[in-house]
Amino acid sequence: MRESRGRSSSSDSRGGRGADKKDDKKKSLFRRRKVCKFCADKIDDVNYKDVKLLGPFVPERGKILPRRISGTCATHQRKLQTAIKRARQLALIPYVTE
Amino acid sequence: MSQARQYELIYIVASDATDQQITDLHTQVEEITGRYSGTLDKTENWGRRKLAYEIGPHKEGTYVLEVITGTGELMKEIDRRLRVSDQVIRHLTVRVDEENRVIERARTLRKDDSQRRRVARGLPPERQPGEGPQRNEDDDDRFGGDVEEGM
Repeated sequence: MRESRGRSSSSDSRGGRGADKKDDKKKSLFRRRKVCKFCADKIDDVNYKDVKLLGPFVPERGKILPRRISGTCATHQRKLQTAIKRARQLALIPYVTE
Repeated sequence: MSQARQYELIYIVASDATDQQITDLHTQVEEITGRYSGTLDKTENWGRRKLAYEIGPHKEGTYVLEVITGTGELMKEIDRRLRVSDQVIRHLTVRVDEENRVIERARTLRKDDSQRRRVARGLPPERQPGEGPQRNEDDDDRFGGDVEEGM
């Protein structure tokens, strides 16, 4: 009896409901739900000539922003990829920047 | 058999080329297009732009966009000519007819769908000015749904 009580209290101190709640809150505070920009804004045409559109997906360094960060859906990331690569060939977007 | 397709051709002319040379290049493209019985649908001169990176000695270039309907042979010939040319520092040909068709279909589908739904709700098929929530660039309601402060 005593032992069981002790265990329950120890589990409490290790991070029972109170701590969990805190964690949940932290998660919901800092993780926003990501939405594909192209789906949300209903952009059908991911065009390589539109540097303004591609700009946000090519950060400083010149690399293509990964999906896990931008939240772009698979279809649009694929289209974005071809568009960026074409724009690079035409020197509209850099390949690399030092 | 060769089929007529639509292509987009972009070429970058060296910044030291004169306007006359740029026009000459354009007429050359036009002439080849005519010879292969293609049509030049659109020409656009973007003017002088700074290149994102240096291509050889060049830091700037004049961009010219041409939309051409024609066969693959025609594009092959234009490609060959541009490659030989000294003034053209870079060029790119992209076939666009297929893509445009897909985009067009997606647009009409979405439009039809929204019209159908609006009619079903007893509204006029087109959105009226000033109707519905007015979107603001600053308030992005896509996020923030689960960001709650306090207890």
